[in-house]
Amino acid sequence: MRDSEMRLEPSEPTGRRAFLSKALPAFVPLVALLQSGRSEQSQKEAAKQGETRSYRASQHDYAMGVDPSRCIGCGQCAEACKTENDVPEEPFYFRTWIERYSVHSDRETVVSSPNGGIGGFPAVTERGVLRTFFVPKLCNQCANPPCVQVCPVGATFKTQDGVVLVDSSYCIGCRYCIQACPYGARFMHPVTHTAEKCTFCYHRIVKGHVPACVEVCPTQARIFGDLKERASPLMRFRRQNAVQVLKADLNTEPKVYYANLDGEVR
Amino acid sequence: MNQQTSRLLVVFGVMIGALLTARHFLVPKTFGKLGHYRAAAVDVVAANKAKYAGKEACAPCHDEIVQTHDTHRHISVTCEVCHGAAAAHIDAPTEVKLRAPRERGQCPLCHGYNPSRPTGFPQIDPATHNPAKACISCHNPHAPEPPRTPEACSACHGGIAREKAVSPHASLECTECHQVDKQHKVTPRLSTPTKPASREFCGRCHATGAKSAPGIPKVDLATHEERYVCWQCHYPHSPELK
Amino acid sequence: MMEAAQPLAEVLQQIKGYIYPNEVELHWGLLVVVYPYITGLVAGAFILASLERVFNVREVQPTYRLSLLTALAFLIIAPLPLLAHLGHPERSFEIFFTPNVHSAMAMFGFVYAWYLMVVLLLEIWFDYRKDAIVWAKDERGWKKWAHRLFTLGANDLSERSLRFDRRAGRFLTLIGIPSAFLLHGYVGFIFGSVKANPWWSSVLIPIVFLFSAIVSGIAMVLVLYMLTCLVRGKEIDMPCADKLASFLLYALIVDFSLEMLDFIHRLYQAEESIRILSQMISSRLFLSLVVLQLLLGTLIPMIGLMVISPAFRTHGRAVLKVPPELRRLIYFAAALLIQMGIFSTRWNVVVGGQLFSKSLRGLTVYKMELLGLEGFFMSALLLIMPFVVLYLLVTVLPPWPDKEVHPESIVVAAAE
Repeated sequence: MRDSEMRLEPSEPTGRRAFLSKALPAFVPLVALLQSGRSEQSQKEAAKQGETRSYRASQHDYAMGVDPSRCIGCGQCAEACKTENDVPEEPFYFRTWIERYSVHSDRETVVSSPNGGIGGFPAVTERGVLRTFFVPKLCNQCANPPCVQVCPVGATFKTQDGVVLVDSSYCIGCRYCIQACPYGARFMHPVTHTAEKCTFCYHRIVKGHVPACVEVCPTQARIFGDLKERASPLMRFRRQNAVQVLKADLNTEPKVYYANLDGEVR
Repeated sequence: MNQQTSRLLVVFGVMIGALLTARHFLVPKTFGKLGHYRAAAVDVVAANKAKYAGKEACAPCHDEIVQTHDTHRHISVTCEVCHGAAAAHIDAPTEVKLRAPRERGQCPLCHGYNPSRPTGFPQIDPATHNPAKACISCHNPHAPEPPRTPEACSACHGGIAREKAVSPHASLECTECHQVDKQHKVTPRLSTPTKPASREFCGRCHATGAKSAPGIPKVDLATHEERYVCWQCHYPHSPELK
Repeated sequence: MMEAAQPLAEVLQQIKGYIYPNEVELHWGLLVVVYPYITGLVAGAFILASLERVFNVREVQPTYRLSLLTALAFLIIAPLPLLAHLGHPERSFEIFFTPNVHSAMAMFGFVYAWYLMVVLLLEIWFDYRKDAIVWAKDERGWKKWAHRLFTLGANDLSERSLRFDRRAGRFLTLIGIPSAFLLHGYVGFIFGSVKANPWWSSVLIPIVFLFSAIVSGIAMVLVLYMLTCLVRGKEIDMPCADKLASFLLYALIVDFSLEMLDFIHRLYQAEESIRILSQMISSRLFLSLVVLQLLLGTLIPMIGLMVISPAFRTHGRAVLKVPPELRRLIYFAAALLIQMGIFSTRWNVVVGGQLFSKSLRGLTVYKMELLGLEGFFMSALLLIMPFVVLYLLVTVLPPWPDKEVHPESIVVAAAE
């Protein structure tokens, strides 16, 4: 406040002040009209700058449901993810992948994931197979993430909306987070030399879209949702299914929920 | 204070001072605002460009196709599954064209028989199912229902059919044990086939004294595991699993 | 195609069973094996030095200064394998400025800085200060200036000053012991706290790391002491060598017991991971674990030392009394075998933890390259460099007992 504004007010308005105090209210609607035009303008600018301005991260908590009994192992999700997120094409770097399980009657289980499932799986019919199915895998966006716990510099972190991200310009490439992830969800990007992993397509979900893998799944084996939304497909998924998470004993509190997960899945 | 202490204090003081100064300049401004990370990093990730546009983006221009597509079996198969990522096409519709796969290699990605696929999912054997023809010559990809309703149960229940074919029950027709309404081929989950309900059903062939071929194994139903129904132990589609 | 893709494609062919797709690339390789080996030597050498200072083991006095300089030489080189391994070494300062207090690795910057600046450098400074002043008086050229600089201008040689030096040195050794434990213990904790990896996740790993560090440190000083005596044409002080060998033996016995405890515990509990871990030990890790680490690196030196060391006194003499020349030879051979054994230990922990899949269903291979930062030659160079640094250090600050300036001579000179 300027010094001039700190003068004491007289008890009763007189003269010019009296006139203004009566006339000003009439101007208010006019001024408001002018102001609204301007604030609309600035709002549009804000919207253009980044829709994230009106997006409040703390109001969301993202999670995913996976129903392996619907998965047909077409590999479209893994391929779409690589396209959407510019993941290197070599078969050593995956943000999401499909595993195929074959449980035999002699208690042996064979698992495979050729090129992460991209391009599908060979139609191998084996004898003595009790159960065989596909399981999509991805970063579980844990609520108690061991990767965030071990990052020495704070380059990987959990956002307010429950997604675990990597700050590529801060990561020093020590690979400790990759070692700490129990699910094999992380890898080292061969060009940027920083750690990378599934981000739930963060750039899509903050704009109201779904992750690319969910978008292209032809059988709705993947359900994306917000745990803070009271009515959603994810809510129904969690109500109707016997939901499990991977490696629950490690207490990482994963947020990818598997429906009726087979006991052989690791 | 003695010489050693004073000298060391100077050395350490200079070093710590230098470190603190460096820290002031090197730690990013937004670090620590939301947590132990650079808050600006969230915006960096959020600003990535999407490559997939989503089905809603196709409808405004391709409304007829979308209409057809949404009233037939491929409703859950989004446009970009077959046509590829479309965001670039939305931005520049005339410069960027999407692929429209017409070769036989495309459809078996989902519909080629694989034993790990869930039972009931429509699958064919690409080698024997009309080998010389393009899939789209009989199936409109946006309305893929087959030109004729498949006769055989194996069209959708390929796994079961293949298992049965190499089992002792190979010569049994599916309809021997399951009664199927025509409606099942139209709305499979709403009209389901029947299943046998009693031990006597299997007993028609497998009970001692039954009027069936001599080679068929027979048991005395009165004394053989009378607490259970037959299929609690014997899998009917492959009765003695090796 | 990325340059890493070719060796990775080869790995794909040699996978047994199933591994997660992202596990094809083995993330912590030779450089990460070299780092704990080097810091282990630092901790071990320092603890040996502290034996003399704190526990007054007179016999090992000839090696006191050599141990300190050995520790310093290895400590200076220690960050190099880490920097070479990082994806962005130019950002490594972030560990100092924004450390994540929940991460064991973030401790590195502070533990290292503390140990280097407060413990090791200060202790060496207090111990050598009087020598540097006296040496500088009679020297010429760069050595004179090096010693002058070393003293930081604190030239007081009075009785009070020297007493302060001794007291400070003792205090620093005292806090140095837990600091040395921390310096190598935290490395063990980095592995031991990873719940995702059943080979690493263990309460015992920090302790095992520490004791194997002590073993390797003592063995290294023993080797260096013998070699430097040989090079300088001086007689090896046998009581000193015998004492070093006996401490080596004690540490080796404890280390072996701890490792056996871990092994028996795992086998007995037989948790889910035991299947794949047994497969790994009997196939991928057989040579480095059973042959190099256990047999050649621990059992043979241990039995050899047990038999000839005068420490094991039965009726007043060693189990098998051998002449000093032979005893020296056996000590030397044992110490070398132990170095190889401890290096194998680090290899088996670091690389072994990545040879099996976290899905517990498969095994992979480690394709070590020859060239490049992660290659064999780089690591060999990093292992040779501490000796080069040590050579420079012993040139500037000779640790030999005959070169040492004794306080009595200073006082006498002052009195004259």
